[in-house]
Amino acid sequence: MASKSFVRNELMDQSAPPVASTGVLGWLRANLFGTWMNSVLTVVSLALIFLVLREVFPWMVRSSWTATSLKECREAIDLTWGDHVDGACWAVIRERYLQLLYGFYPAEHYWRANLAFVLLLVGMAPILFPAVPRQVLWFSAAFPFLCFWLLWGGSVWLPIAAALGFVIGYYAFLAVGTIAGQLSGIVAALLVPVIWWIWLAAPFSEVLDGILGIGLEPVESAKFGGFMLSVTIGITGIALSLPIGVLLALGRQSNLLILKSLCVGFIEFIRGVPLITLLFVASTLLNIFMPPGTNFDIILRVVIMVTLFSSAYMAEIIRGGLAALPRGQYEAADSLGLDYWKSQRLVIMPQALKISIPAIVGNFIGLFKDTTLVSIIGLLDPIGLTNNIRADVDWNGIVWELYGFIAFMFFVFCFLMSRYSMYLERKLNTEHR
Amino acid sequence: MAITAAQMDTQFRLGMLIYDTRYRSLTIQVVALAGFMLLAAWLISNTIQNLAALGKPIDFGFLREPASYDINQRLLEYTSRNTHLRASVLGLINTMLVAVLGCITATVVGGLVGILRLSRNWLISRIMTVYVEGFRNVPVLLWIILVMAIMIESMPAPRDFRGENPTASLQLFDSVAITNRGVYIPEPLFSRGIGDVNVLGAFEVSLDLVAFLIVLGAGIWASSRVKRRADRIQDETGVRPVVWWQRACLVVVPSGVLLYLLGFHLGFPELKGFNFKGGIHMRNSLIALWLALSLYTAAFVAEIVRGGILAISKGQTEAAASLGLRPPRIMGLVILPQALRVIIPPLISQYLNLTKNSSLAIAVGYMDVTGTLGGITMNQTGRELECILLLMLCYLTLSLGISAVLNWYNDRVKLKER
Repeated sequence: MASKSFVRNELMDQSAPPVASTGVLGWLRANLFGTWMNSVLTVVSLALIFLVLREVFPWMVRSSWTATSLKECREAIDLTWGDHVDGACWAVIRERYLQLLYGFYPAEHYWRANLAFVLLLVGMAPILFPAVPRQVLWFSAAFPFLCFWLLWGGSVWLPIAAALGFVIGYYAFLAVGTIAGQLSGIVAALLVPVIWWIWLAAPFSEVLDGILGIGLEPVESAKFGGFMLSVTIGITGIALSLPIGVLLALGRQSNLLILKSLCVGFIEFIRGVPLITLLFVASTLLNIFMPPGTNFDIILRVVIMVTLFSSAYMAEIIRGGLAALPRGQYEAADSLGLDYWKSQRLVIMPQALKISIPAIVGNFIGLFKDTTLVSIIGLLDPIGLTNNIRADVDWNGIVWELYGFIAFMFFVFCFLMSRYSMYLERKLNTEHR
Repeated sequence: MAITAAQMDTQFRLGMLIYDTRYRSLTIQVVALAGFMLLAAWLISNTIQNLAALGKPIDFGFLREPASYDINQRLLEYTSRNTHLRASVLGLINTMLVAVLGCITATVVGGLVGILRLSRNWLISRIMTVYVEGFRNVPVLLWIILVMAIMIESMPAPRDFRGENPTASLQLFDSVAITNRGVYIPEPLFSRGIGDVNVLGAFEVSLDLVAFLIVLGAGIWASSRVKRRADRIQDETGVRPVVWWQRACLVVVPSGVLLYLLGFHLGFPELKGFNFKGGIHMRNSLIALWLALSLYTAAFVAEIVRGGILAISKGQTEAAASLGLRPPRIMGLVILPQALRVIIPPLISQYLNLTKNSSLAIAVGYMDVTGTLGGITMNQTGRELECILLLMLCYLTLSLGISAVLNWYNDRVKLKER
């Protein structure tokens, strides 16, 4: 008698997942319409996006690129798209973009600014990307002097004389260091270049200029403006504030009481006041602090104050990184017999800096954005220029196009920086998970 | 022999100042201090020489001279005949006003955006990302000037509110007028007010406001006592008495009664002549500064909130879920209290940033302390050194004060580790 029980002796085919949980439908359900709350949010945001796009998109498209004044622009738009149509007047960007990029830098010298910018990219490449050959670092070291010469012009011998100071300092360190010990070497490396810069560099460059006068036509600082000025101040401040910030952070962490309190006082003072007051110092007071008769360049003064400002914040960021390191790292470095500077350079700093990369880049971005503040003390950065353009009778009343363009430019710079920081974080992440 | 060798070593030689670790730190510090003092002395002597050459030695007497400029947005009485000192104090109060307004708005908006950015709803989290990245990557000065330009160029003029069929109308049940000359909001008025009190012989402070704040504060204090008692009873018996209505009454009833006694009502803005009269007039500059600063800072706050919530490990959520809590309570009872401890320290520095960024008021003509003391007063009197020193002192005091208060709060709420 055959058994009535049933035993399946082959596997059943897998049935397909429910239609509602796969494909586009599944994605929609999981991400947009999971619960009724989610559905409401989705509908509200769709409506919001629709409203914004309905306003912005026609405005951007129904635009006029060729006009010499806002009135002409409006007329052209009315003519093409019908009466009472709001359209963007991109003509203002077309007419003034050179000014927004270079300020009042002489047009025949634009190539110098462009070349400096390209060289800046070349100089930054080995610092930013390890794949670039290390020899390019020599170019990076020479770049500041080259850039100064390209932008401001004048005799080529002045930046060369300034650069020579560092070379002289290095050889003084080697020479004195081998004869009279490392410490005397350091003292010599500090003293000799200072003597060179204060008393010898200027006559040296004058003499050589007399013999072989190579130079570019000088451009005064008042002609600098636009994004060129922002980038100049921003990059210089960024490059200088990191090393100063590291030193300040080390000073604040050290157990030398006087050194520590000097650093703490400086950092807390700078962090307690707004940048604008420091820029006021740059524009009105810095000359008063210097020996009578000194009158040095406004861009230099601004760069000094911006650097001091940024380095105080940098110091706090790096202190955070130092504090996050386990105590064992310090002790391990000590037990290897490394002295203070060696342990900092080889063990502590690489890790502390790695921890604080996001914050450091965030600070750089902040510094770059803060360069717009120089418009308040009368420098013609992009925002300073908008005041000029908006005060012009032709372009009186223009808002979105101008600010939109500047905001877009800043966005591109800052967004690239923040993406780079993410790339760096990923690359340096040595945690094995 | 050994003893004599040790004695030989203890004899002091000049080289030991550098090579002996016992003395080296002292040497370095003395050198640093000497260098610092030399630098300071050099700067000060330069300054004195330069100021003497300019014929204006350091003198704060200008603060007592009449300011002879107007402050259009102010919380206290002021006329252009008042002194520079009073103008500066009013500026400082204006700075605090925009800082407080901005911090509150930035916290609310930032908290909301930060939480929404973590939403499982794909669209919402993308929109919030766009908001955060958009505001973070564009200078705050640009936002301030842009909002100011929008207020001036795109808002209706007061005359648009007039006529048979006006092109513009008041917002929020006819109580708020948004015009290109500023925003008019209802003002609190007291028909049976008890007048003003003079503080320090300089400022008139409304007694109505003081009385209201005292009663409100007392109510909140009493309510916290009730809560503590309820906590104690819960600890002892395990049953929590229902006290929320007692607490609500303690806060609302006394202050409500006081407001009624004082004859509290709202004064609405009305169009009279060419402009709105009545209500509180918030100038465009205040609106621009407030909006731009809070939206900009909110983007940073959102990132802090998001980071704080993400920092709480998933195990905490799972543990709470296994206790049978539902998602809203998991957020409220388990995640947020822990996340707050991560959030508060960076939030403090954002508040400080907002306060310092409020100095950008000078770009739109809002009369904060930078606009008065560091702006018109400095330009009128030519006392750059004194004005900037005082200005820095103001901001330093403000920053240190805010950070002291908030750090005290942080110490109270942070996890007590043993």
